[in-house]
Formats: sequence, C-alpha cells, structure tokens
Amino acid sequence: MSLLSINNLSVSFQTDRGVVQAVDQVSFDVDAGETLAIVGESGSGKSVTALSILQLLGDAGTISDGQIVFDGQNLLDLPEKDIRNIRGDRIAMIFQEPMSSLNPVLTIGKQVAEPIWLHRKKTWNEALDQAEELIKKVSIPDARQRLDAYPHQFSGGMRQRVMIAMALACEPKLIIADEPTTALDVTVQAQILSLLKNLTTELNSALILITHDLGVVARYADRVAVMYGGRIVESATAAELYKHPKHPYTEGLMASIPTLDGEPGSRLQTIEGQPPDLLHMPAGCAFHPRCPYAAEICKHAKPSLKEVEANHFRACVGYESIS
Amino acid sequence: MTSDNHQDNIIDVKDLKVHFPVTEGLLKKTVGWNYAVDGVSFSVRRGETFSLVGESGCGKSTTALSVLRMQDVTAGNIVFNGQDITHFSANKLRPIRRQIQMIYQDPFGSLNPRMKVGSIIGEPLRVHGQAKDKVKYRARVKELMRLVGLLDDMADRYPHEFSGGQRQRICIARALALEPELIICDEPVSALDVSIQAQVINLLMDLQERLGLTYLFIAHDLSVVRHISNRVAVMYLGQIVEVADRQTLFNDPKHPYTQALLNAVPEPDPELESSRPERLIIGEVPSVRNPPSGCRFHPRCSKAIAQCKIDRPLLNLHNQSLIACHLY
Repeated sequence: MSLLSINNLSVSFQTDRGVVQAVDQVSFDVDAGETLAIVGESGSGKSVTALSILQLLGDAGTISDGQIVFDGQNLLDLPEKDIRNIRGDRIAMIFQEPMSSLNPVLTIGKQVAEPIWLHRKKTWNEALDQAEELIKKVSIPDARQRLDAYPHQFSGGMRQRVMIAMALACEPKLIIADEPTTALDVTVQAQILSLLKNLTTELNSALILITHDLGVVARYADRVAVMYGGRIVESATAAELYKHPKHPYTEGLMASIPTLDGEPGSRLQTIEGQPPDLLHMPAGCAFHPRCPYAAEICKHAKPSLKEVEANHFRACVGYESIS
Repeated sequence: MTSDNHQDNIIDVKDLKVHFPVTEGLLKKTVGWNYAVDGVSFSVRRGETFSLVGESGCGKSTTALSVLRMQDVTAGNIVFNGQDITHFSANKLRPIRRQIQMIYQDPFGSLNPRMKVGSIIGEPLRVHGQAKDKVKYRARVKELMRLVGLLDDMADRYPHEFSGGQRQRICIARALALEPELIICDEPVSALDVSIQAQVINLLMDLQERLGLTYLFIAHDLSVVRHISNRVAVMYLGQIVEVADRQTLFNDPKHPYTQALLNAVPEPDPELESSRPERLIIGEVPSVRNPPSGCRFHPRCSKAIAQCKIDRPLLNLHNQSLIACHLY
C-alpha cells in the first residue's frame, strides 16, 4: 500500500471575479521513501495540490471532492485538532520563501526545538539539545551559538537549511517541499537539494518536490507528475518521462528547453499561445487551444489519466485517436 | 587584457568600478564601501550577443546600468562607438540613450498600469521628438507592435489585459521604438513560464537578425545564455573571472568558479544527471563589503594555492579564453 494516496482531489477558490477550479480531479500515489516531483507552470495547480494535503488552503480555498489517504487514514475525515498533530510530525512542509516562513522575533533554536517539544513531549532542554544536533546535520557551523541567532542574521541558503532542520525534526514519513530553492542562487540550490535528498534517504522519508525547473526534476526525482490547468496530464518515472514524453504538452515542454547541441542561432521549438486563464478554462482538454494534435473531440471531452505503458500514465484523447 | 584592438566594438568597458557607500545612523555617515563592481573590463562586438552571467550580487546588473550611465561610475571608462561617454552630461547623453535601450526582468513592474499599450510603446518617440507627425507616429507604433508579434488593434488596451509573455513583447517593442543599436536585456525571460520563455527567446533572435541588433544579455539561467549568446563573461563578486565564446565556455570551462557554476545547474536529462558526479562548492557568496583578499573566489575554491590569498589574478589570454586564475 502506498504511503500517500490522493484520489480525485478537487479544490476550488472563491475570488472576486468568480470561482476558480485550481485542482480538478487529481489522483496520485507516493510510496515510502520515494521522491515524486510535481511539475507545472504558474497556475497549473501544483502548489495548491501540495497545500491541500495538510489543509493549509486558507479561507478562500475549499476541497470540494476527493480523498487524501495517508497511512491508511483519510485526512479529510479528521478534525482540525488531529490534522494539527500530523503537521510537522508525520508530514512536514518546506516552503519557497525561507525569508518569510521563519518567525523573525524567535531565535533559530526555539523554532527548531518547537516541533520536538510539541510532538515528542520532550522537556524544553532535551528539545534544544536535539535542535542543536539537527542544525549540525544540515551543515550549519557553530551549531550551539547559532541556536541563539535570529533569522535575519542568516543568509537565504542558511535559512533554507534551518527550514530543512525544522522539517526533519520529528523524522516525518513525508516531506512536501514547495519550490524549496527557487529563491536561491544555483550553487546554493545544488547544496540545499543534495542535502535534502541525502537526509530524506537517511530517514527513508518520502519527498514531494513541487517545482517548475525540469533540470531539478531530472537530478532529484524518481517519478514525475506533470500538471496543466489543474489536472495531471502525464506521469511516469523520471527517466521514462524525459526520454519518451507521451503527452503533447510534456513533449512541447521538453522540446522548448535550450540545449547545447542546438546549432548556434537555431530557434527553439515553442508551445504557441498562453497558459489558460483559470477563470475561463477551455472546455474539454485545457491544453487543446495550444495543442498541435488537437482534434474535434478534444474540445469537448475531458481526458482522464490512463496507463499507456507500464507505469506511464497519460491524459490525452486526441493522441489516442491518432496513434 | 581584453581585445582592445578589435575594430568593430560597439562597447568597450575598461576597468569599471562602482562602489556604493555603506551609511549608518541619522547623519548617514559613511562607514564602509560595497565594492559592487571592482575592475571590470570587456568589449561587445557589433551584432553579437554578449552575456554577463553570475549569481545574485555578482555585479552583473550594476555593470549593465553603468553602460547606460544610469548608474554613477566610481572609476574606469565606458566607450560607446568610439566615444568615451563616462563623463557625458545629461544633455550630451540624450542622443546616446536613443542608441542604447533596455529590457527589464519584470514585465509587470516596468509598464505603467495607467497608460494604454500604444502610448507606452510610443513614449520613447514622444520623448525624443519623433511624434510630431501624428499619422507617421501611429503607423510606427502599429509597425512596432506587429514586429514583436502583437496585433495592432491591441494598442488601446491596458497592460493588465496582457499575459506575462505579451507584456514582455510590449517592453521589447518600446525598446525598439528608437531603432537602437544596442539593447541591454536584464533577465528578460526569467519571470516568464517555461513554455513562454522559448517564444520570447526566438523573438529576440529574430529581431537581432532582421534589425542587426547587438545584445548585452544579463542572466543567471545558464541554459538560456548558452542558447542565445555568442560570447559569455562569468562574473563573481564584482569581477569577471572568465570570458570565452559560448562553445568553449560551456564545453571546456577553465576557471574553477565557472566549472562549479556549470556543475551546479542540473541538466534536464535524468540519465546524464545520474552519471554526472556531484561536485558541490562549499559555502556561499561572501559580502561585497568585505571581499576576500587576492582572488575573491579562493575561500570556496578547491584548487586554491597560497598565491590566491595574496594576489588578485588578472584576465589573461589562455588559448581562446580570457581567464583570471593563477592556475592558468
């Protein structure tokens, strides 16, 4: 059985201009210890999917349908009190902005020790000792002194290390990292992602990595789910997806990335048009207005994910009618 | 040093220094200096795309702004088309500014939300007194819109009605209005979605071919730089560490920092990634306020020797590349 199993998840947001269907009938599984990357452009629903797992959507967002089964338990059936016990304990989250996700008026030590004290019922001093160990583990030098430092005394990369220390504090079974390195420089990004990967491997934790960077996915993910317009359009192992993309959107995306093999001055392949406006989602397949293979049926029928090869899923009606 | 003898340089930057005072207290007493750009020399050849790459704080944007003289220069020279414009007055700069235009990173912040798109694109024409003939002016605005792939009936709309990619097209049309020779592109695609980036990159390349433009391209995304550039300069902490043509730089990087930077960028190819050894550089970029002595990269460099702590390496010709490193 999978560690996390999401079935037909739908999330909508109430906005001034109308209701936005941010996530539409999304299903996927995450096994213990594996790294699943969810990729997509802005507005594809990847972050909302991640936030739904811990029910961090805020007042405007509503989970209208679906199940989120974690360790055999549907999280959507649990009262807020029980969800709070899971947050930071069995499921931890790392956010994009290490600047704004740490509390500026609390010391680093307090913030890292808090989940241990809260969830593991340790005394405060024991929790602080453990926090020191964690800070050492994420390769921050002078751990003991750094416990008393404040977030503003840390650089962006160091703050993201602190976020990782907090996330790992209770040895969670699942870590959700939402664009964890987007705000960082590339050399620091490489340090942070490799640290995250090594530590999750050590704990045998599963990792859901939300990103728009196809290079990051290639380096760190075992499996990939590609989202477009609130739905998963394709999912496969990383190696398979990059080698044999099967959805027209994934195919277009892979072809539009510049490579060194390209002739000097050659033009990139493009996906015509713009990502969809969530308030005016196209009928049928959301990608059909931009799809070079679009057929008449694509304008009406919403394709669902089907296994086209072993462990390779695709949601595309038009493709089936051609091939 | 740099290839000063090259005949057809559009820009020659010589030993450029831009230092910002660090002030403290009510009276803004200067307590130190940020050495944001510290001795940068390079030349941009007519018709090429020359890229400045590096991590945040390396001084690439400050260097670009200095070329436009939108940033006061502490020392050094900026020569544009053979003319030293380093100390030109605002009046004398006007005709120069017509020939150097800029495209910014954020197409949301760089368009006035209260102006119609046609008026935004035509503003440079009005500022430079080329809008006296209304018919010609309107025709020119429409021509510019078509040139960047916008429909000319969009001229009466406001920026908020456009997507990120279309807004960047508006910015490009505005930059082209005065028929500049040089366009400085400061991270022109990094705020755009992946599927839109390719559209804008192709547009920039098409325009360069059709109009014979020269680009000074600032970016941190190395795969974009690799695609669009003829030559690339890598900056670290306010200094250039390596300059080479695109093929040489990406296939055979010489400077340890360039090597580390290229290695840190994950390739969109899982097979290649699993076979590639991970070589992380330690630590983070130090502050430009107290830059390390000698070679500024030495505290993070795995190949540093004793000399690196003492002497600042200067750019030296090594095969076809310019490298600032004591190992070469």
